[in-house]
Amino acid sequence: MKEFQYTILDPVGMHARPAGKLAKEAANYQSVVTIVKGAKQADTRRLMALMGLGVKQGDTVAVRVEGPDEDTAAPAIEAYLRDNNF
Amino acid sequence: MIALQGTGVSAGVASGPIRFYSRKQAVVKRVKVADAEKELARYREATDAAIAQLGELAEKTRREAGEDAALLFETHQMMLEDLDYVAAITELIGTEKVNADYAVHETGRQFAEMFSSMEDEYMRARSADVVDISTRLERILRGEKTDDAAGSAPAIIAADDLSPSETVQMDKSKILGFVLSAGHRNAHTVILARTLGIPAIIQLGSELRREYDGRTAILDGQTGQLVVDPDEATKTYLFDKQAAEREARRKLEELKGQPDVTLDGKEIRLYANISSPAILDAVLSNDARGIGLFRSEFLYLENSDYPTEDEQFAAYKAVLQRMGTRQVVIRTLDIGADKKVPYFNLPEEENPALGMRAIRICLSRPEVFRTQLRALYRASAYGNLAIMFPMIASVWEIQEIKRICTAVKKELEREKIPYAENIPLGIMIETPASVIMSDKLAREVDFFSIGTNDLTQYTLAVDRQGAAGLERFCDTHHPAVLRLIRRTIESAHAAGIWAGICGELASDTSLTALFLAMGADELSVSARSVLPIRSILRATNTSQNREQLLAALD
Repeated sequence: MKEFQYTILDPVGMHARPAGKLAKEAANYQSVVTIVKGAKQADTRRLMALMGLGVKQGDTVAVRVEGPDEDTAAPAIEAYLRDNNF
Repeated sequence: MIALQGTGVSAGVASGPIRFYSRKQAVVKRVKVADAEKELARYREATDAAIAQLGELAEKTRREAGEDAALLFETHQMMLEDLDYVAAITELIGTEKVNADYAVHETGRQFAEMFSSMEDEYMRARSADVVDISTRLERILRGEKTDDAAGSAPAIIAADDLSPSETVQMDKSKILGFVLSAGHRNAHTVILARTLGIPAIIQLGSELRREYDGRTAILDGQTGQLVVDPDEATKTYLFDKQAAEREARRKLEELKGQPDVTLDGKEIRLYANISSPAILDAVLSNDARGIGLFRSEFLYLENSDYPTEDEQFAAYKAVLQRMGTRQVVIRTLDIGADKKVPYFNLPEEENPALGMRAIRICLSRPEVFRTQLRALYRASAYGNLAIMFPMIASVWEIQEIKRICTAVKKELEREKIPYAENIPLGIMIETPASVIMSDKLAREVDFFSIGTNDLTQYTLAVDRQGAAGLERFCDTHHPAVLRLIRRTIESAHAAGIWAGICGELASDTSLTALFLAMGADELSVSARSVLPIRSILRATNTSQNREQLLAALD
């Protein structure tokens, strides 16, 4: 399992559209991508649960990547978040 | 005449009959079914149909309102396939043997409840999206055609609230405006109304009565006022106001994409000032050709401790990437004087405007400066960066700065971190000393940017925020300041570099012709001033009337 911390920059947080974009990106990998905020967590295949985390601008979340391609998926997803100003 | 007050969320004036949007409120009954498999199949078919409908809606929205609005319906497609949502519905059908209509309705209600109980207003607005997708499925299951809510004749559509799907499916030529008794500022319907330029008022409350259906009304989406049965004077007043605003806006809109070239063919860098990345949208929507002053202080002011190199790098890189090939002039740290940052532990001074501020802090605390420069150079690989240093008074200061820059570049090379070659380095001209020495300074740098606020204060020895009664001694058009600006530009041109103006005076439309006559190469103004200044500079001939204009300096 790979894990990294990410601080949300998007002024409206991780609501419907960004969550949808992230879900699309994560679907390119076999690994399961899970967003952990405090005691709650949701994997990116669960769009509504992901939105339900209520991640806001300035929140730091842990991003867990687990699966056969985690070594390539984790850095790629981290770059995707940064490059798209999540 | 009845006047109602709500919250205006999409500007514009519209007049016409009010039509209440009637939603077919179907009652969803819980029915036990014998064949759960058949219900599951019905549900799956409805999902496929809904996804196909949303695909068409996304296309329609993309044409009418652009990519960003269209993304909403693609997200709705994904929500329909959400694992938890699908699992909840199939489980209800499978274990309780109920009809698909009920399972969809009940699941939608539960998910919407989860969102509407959240603290964040934005998230609460999302419950509308869940209701929206569930209603779509229910309609398909009932075999209803998605109907056009707008009706046949143009009208002001009234409702308690409208879902994004309902809004987008209406024929836009039939909608004069929206008036809602509820609604959220951040709801997608409101965002769509703004994108489509349809006037809208929300949160009118119970005052928006059914009995107004069919009666004539006028709404002002800016002030949030709705007038039912308006008299002629009210109508005339609001329509005149709208016509004037529209005309002014239309004229400015036409300037988007137009080159910043004067009548005699001189190209001006018309840039925008920003103090936070949050203003970037305004910079781009007003079509500024670059950023002439990016105040980096926000990184320091918003933090409780020194921002790290990585934090700064991420912020600069994000701005550079969004601006693409457009130039971004980032000014290094300018705190001190009126901008206080507690963790810097700056000494208490009798006269902070003349004290430890801006570049003086950077040269006294090289570790703070080095961190910022490393972040800037690293970010330079991602766009078109120029770096500018504030509060320069002496030639040795810029020479010392350049030595530090060279050291930073060498470090990055050793660490094999890429950065852009030949990043232009410039200085702010905001002390009288820097103007007097501008011939020498011009040989050290690639550009000048005149900070008129501080230059005025230091030249006239008047604090703009000083005691009442000082105003008449603080003439922002004082010939002393204007002469210094002219001299700065002349020194720059003699050395073959460009000079611009980034202070508040640059946005002063009464001075634009004069600055152009002086030979200013760049004007960096607030985002909302970009188009008004563009309209002036495109109508200015910099060589004509030059002497007359410059006579203002005598």
